[in-house]
Formats: sequence, structure tokens, C-alpha cells
Amino acid sequence: MPKLIKNGQILDDTSVILTDSEGNEVHEDGDAIVPLACWLDERHHLKARHTSVGVLLEGDAEPSELKDDLDYLKLIAINFPSFVDGRGYSIARLLRERYGFKGELRAVGDIQRDQLYYLARCGFDSFVIPDGRDAEAALASFNDFSDSYQATVDRPVPLFRRRK
Amino acid sequence: MYIYDEIDQRLIDDRVRQFRDQTRRYLAGELSEDDFRPLRLQNGLYVQRHAPMLRVAIPYGLLSSKQLRKLAHIARTYDRGYGHFSTRQNIQFNWPTLESVPDILEELATVQMHAIQTSGNCVRNFTSDQFAGVAADEIIDPRPYAEIMRQWFTFHPEFAYLPRKFKMALNGATHDRAAIYVHDIGIELVPGDNGQVLANVIVGGGLGRTPIIGSMIKKGLPWQDLLTYCDAVLRVYNRFGRRDNKYKARIKILVKALGPETFADMVEEEWKYLKDGPGRITQEEFDRVNAYFQPRDYEQFSGNDAGFEQQKTENPAFARWVSRNVHPHKRAGYASVTLSLKGVGFAPGDATDAQMDAVADLADKYSYGEIRVSHEQNLILADVRQSDLFAVWEAAKANKVANPNIGMLTNMIACPGGDFCSLANAKSIPIAEGIAQRFDNLDYLFDIGELDLNISGCMNSCGHHHIGHIGILGVDKNGSEWYQISLGGNQGTDPLGTKASLGKVIGPSFAQDEVPDVIEKIIKVYLDLRQDDERFIDSVQRLGIEPFKERVYAKAN
Ligand code: SF4
Repeated sequence: MPKLIKNGQILDDTSVILTDSEGNEVHEDGDAIVPLACWLDERHHLKARHTSVGVLLEGDAEPSELKDDLDYLKLIAINFPSFVDGRGYSIARLLRERYGFKGELRAVGDIQRDQLYYLARCGFDSFVIPDGRDAEAALASFNDFSDSYQATVDRPVPLFRRRK
Repeated sequence: MYIYDEIDQRLIDDRVRQFRDQTRRYLAGELSEDDFRPLRLQNGLYVQRHAPMLRVAIPYGLLSSKQLRKLAHIARTYDRGYGHFSTRQNIQFNWPTLESVPDILEELATVQMHAIQTSGNCVRNFTSDQFAGVAADEIIDPRPYAEIMRQWFTFHPEFAYLPRKFKMALNGATHDRAAIYVHDIGIELVPGDNGQVLANVIVGGGLGRTPIIGSMIKKGLPWQDLLTYCDAVLRVYNRFGRRDNKYKARIKILVKALGPETFADMVEEEWKYLKDGPGRITQEEFDRVNAYFQPRDYEQFSGNDAGFEQQKTENPAFARWVSRNVHPHKRAGYASVTLSLKGVGFAPGDATDAQMDAVADLADKYSYGEIRVSHEQNLILADVRQSDLFAVWEAAKANKVANPNIGMLTNMIACPGGDFCSLANAKSIPIAEGIAQRFDNLDYLFDIGELDLNISGCMNSCGHHHIGHIGILGVDKNGSEWYQISLGGNQGTDPLGTKASLGKVIGPSFAQDEVPDVIEKIIKVYLDLRQDDERFIDSVQRLGIEPFKERVYAKAN
């Protein structure tokens, strides 16, 4: 089973990606996640469910489409079809910095430990590590670098404004 | 030059540690070939024809003598005793083993050097004018801006996985020595009305398969906004640049598809949210960085050095070298010197470990211990007293870096080509060698005068053939190596005001052994048709390619 890294803990990833809002049963404590198009279509039904759903964004998604839902949503997942496809980094920053999303931002797809440091800087706070990759060893990569030159989501003051 | 503080040093040490572990995981089979590739590329490591190739950054072309000695040491210890200075102010080592690369990076880190982002689909090493801070025609010293930008793109978390590579260049002089119109982003620094520094931002230029001259999308950007504005450009590119076809993935294709105006509007919309944020450069930071680029403690001279004038009169060979390889300096009594890495018997831009050590010694003795690397693949001593030029010339001769050919035909720019590069269609080094031999006569060379000749082994255009006055491109025809010739390219606004342009192909390509003859015919046409002291590029622009084409292809009749 894929692992979910969240708050420095390794959990089983029990989330289910629904392709429609009807009938699909969700693991009890797992997260249900629907693709953006489905959310936009059926958001009224979905909001009526008693367990909340998250939304899955692909690299070509326009994050402003979720602008009005961000208070309701507890989870947004962004898919990386391949780890060299870096669109998700920009989408994450837009959600956090421009639209003020406070919920859980999850990186899913081809997630490798060598991306974790940058992903965390761009505002992701949970990460699904696919089967066959060592989630335990991956934890070390959150500390690959001891600082960043740039303004980042978790530390909005860039290094040059902090130098003595 | 800029000196790392404790944080800068810690970050490159972090990087070495990270890469050492990545290499270990790869060698242990924990990281697949495909997964390791982007990681090693972001550390400058290619897998080439014979062995890995490691590309080390020389940010905006500045090196200390200590750093150059370290490069010599690496050439000697991990390679075959030489290095290749590339067209983007990097040095490449062609023979290290993969296993030794973490050790090489660790050694480099001890002299504040690295191979970070010299390859891969990220923001690459930043290039600038090799005469920054000393050129007589300089308006604004680009170095502090270049350093501030270097720090901004280093390990930028949002832009490490762009659709394609991203190259930036910065210029602050009237003569565009940084070729800013053929970069993904080119920045021109200009003075504003009230003396404040402004930037004109050019995007979407580039060479390669689809050569395009960039478009200016922002005029008069205050310098404080450079980082946030570039963040906006990169964000638009990162989100909307094509990822389905690597030949259409550079920003130039996006800018062309949208049109420069629409692209500029999208950037403007994005920038609106960033411009007043914490990424705005502070005066304090500028002052901190600028302190490293203060003028030297030059001696006061009132004019040209009398002894130097006399040496020129007495020694025509010295005078000839001065006329090509010595460049005007801001300060009276000083000059900048180009040490040529172009000659017969070695590849353009190659230097041996002994040459590097010798140049480091020259820098210590005559030029404040600093060396510059030009995108024309030569080494520069920026601050030499005129009275020392003769001694520098003698030492340069002894080390075979005194070829008086700067700005002329044999100062060829060439990529490593098929001898080393696995992407090549054809070799470039033997072509350069053939031409160097053909034009070995200095009187002839001086008669021809200013001429840029550029050679690339394939469409990736690392030898910048599109912007050579004469460009040579290796092409593959049914599995054999052929060469296409173009005329009329120009790298950027030059001292006579000729602007950046792309060369035009003159016709069907040639076999390797025909190339020197073809070049010679082209030169003959120029010598026959030039008016007064018209330069080659100006003749080509006046005449078009027709007369050249006629003569070159006339043989069948
Ligand atoms: S132009 Fe082609 S052959 Fe030459 S170095 Fe670049 S990729 Fe290799």
C-alpha cells in the first residue's frame, strides 16, 4: 500500500479517488478525493455528504476555480504525472499564497524523496509515496537543505531580508 | 568578487551531501537510470560518448586565481589534464568517472564553486559581460545584479522542473557582449532619468532548432523588481509552456504562440501579486552585495604609459597582439587582456592544467588575482597596468595563450561536437582545426579583420552558429557528416551599432574536407567586394548572401 507522509508521520494511504459522486464507498477514515471537473459539476451534492471530500488537481488546472470553495475544502491534492513535470509547484504556491488555502495540500503521483524539500517549500504538507519506494528513508530528505534563498510558503521572508 | 558567507557555504555543502547520497543510491540500484538522470543533470553531470561529462559553473564568468588552480587540479587529478571552457561561462570536464563526481564537487565547494543547475530543465548558470566593471563602454556594472539573481535562482523550489532549460543573460554596456537577445530572458540595464537603474526585459530569444530573436516585454523595470518580475515570467512559463514535445518546450515557443503582447499581459497579471511582496530587492541587500564589486585600488595615471607606447613601436608582433587582444579600460593607464584559447593543435576553449596554473599566476601578479571567462571561450585578465602588458604578453606566449586573434576568424567558437557529445550529428573540432590551419597566416587574418565564426555539431546550437557572422552546423545525411553554412548572424548590438541577427543558410551542405575551401571562397568574395574598411558582417548585410552563394556553388559550371 502507498504511504502517506503527514506531520512527519508515516501512515497508510487509504484515500480513494472517486470519479463520480454517487455510490462509491469510501474507506471509513480514508479521504475521498474527486477530480476538479467532478467537483465543479457536483459541488452541491458533494457538500451535502457528511464526510468531506477533497479535490484533485492536474497540472493544467486553474486554481482560481476553487477560490470560493477554499473555506469548505479540507484537502486539495495535486497530481504529478511524472516528477519532472513541475507545474504542481506553481499551483501549490498560488493556492497558498494568492488564495490563502489553509487546509491540507497533498502531493500525489510520481513523488520521489528528492522532490520533498522543494515540495514542502511550495506549501505541500502531505505526500503520498508510491508503492516500492522507501517512505522511512524519504523522511531524511525534508532536511536536504538547511535554508532557502527565496521567499517560500513556509518562510515568506527571503534569505536576503534575514542576513545580518 | 562575491565571497560566500557562512550560509552560502552551508548551502553548497548541503548540496554536495545530497548529491553524494543520490549517487550512492543510484550505484546501489535504489534509484533507476531514469530517476537519477534529472538529479545528476541538475548537478551538471551528463553521460557522454566516452565517459560522464561534468559541467562546472563559473557564475557570470568570474574566477579567482585560487578557483582556477582548483580547476587545474581537478583536470589533473580526475580528468586527462585539460578542461573545456564552454560558450556559457562554464568549464566542462570530459573524462571523470561517475563515482568520483561527489568528491570533485566536494573539492569545488572548498573554493566556493559548484555544478548546480548547469544542466537540466531548470534556470541555468547566469551569464554576463566578461568585461563587467572595467569596460570603457560600460554604463552600469551588471555584477551585483548578476550575483543577486544567482542567489535567487539557486535551488529555487518552484522552478526546478521547468518544461525545458532556461538561460538568462545580463548586460550593462553599449556593446552587447552577453547576447541578451538570444536568451530565454535577457536583461539590459539602463540608467533612468533620475539616475536610478532600470532594466529592459527581453524574453523568448534563443538558438537551437527554432532560432528566434527575443522580444522586449518590459521597458524600464526598476532594479528592485528584477526578482519578482522574473518570478512572474517563470511562473507563466512553468504553468503554460509545452511539455508534450521537447522541441517545442522552450519559452520562445510559448511567447511566439501567444504573441509577445499577450505573454507580457499574462506576466503583468501575475506580477501584480508579487511585486510588492517580500521578494522585492532591498537597498540593504544591494549594498551588501555591491560592496564586493568596488573598483580596485588603482594607481592614478594621467594617460597612456609611455613605455608601453614605445614597446608597440619597437615590436610589431606585440603591437599586433595589443590591437586584437588588449581592450580599453575605464581607468587611464590600465587595460583588459584576452588570453586566447584558440589556435592550431587543440580544440577551441580547451586549456591544460599547466595553462590554467600559469594564467592563475599571471592573474596574481598582474590583475588582482582575478580571471574572467568569456562566452567566446577565452580567459581574461581584467585589470592590467599598461606598463605590465609586455610582460604579460611574453608570459602568455610562453604558455601558448597569446594568439593575436580576438574578434577575428580563428577566434572560432565551437562546441565539443561528435568527438565527445552523444547528441552530435557531426564533429566540430576537426572543422575548427582545418579552418585554423587554413587561416594560419596572420597578415591574411588581419586583412580580413573582424569576423565571428561559430561551429555547432548539431541543431542544439551549443556553438551558437546562428549568430556567427559565418555559422557552420553539423548535419546528418544518410549517416554521414555534412556541414551547412550560414552567413550574416550577429550576436548582439556591436560598437558600430549592428544589431543582433540570425544567419541565413547559403545552400546545400558540404563534406568535412570541403569546408576550409568554402570558407576561403566566402572570404575572397568579401575581400573583392568590400567597400573601404567595411567589416565582413556589414558587407554581408549590404550585399545579402547571393554573391557569396554564387561563388561557392559555381564550381559545377
Ligand atoms: S551543439 Fe550538439 S553536438 Fe555540439 S555540444 Fe551541443 S548538443 Fe553536442
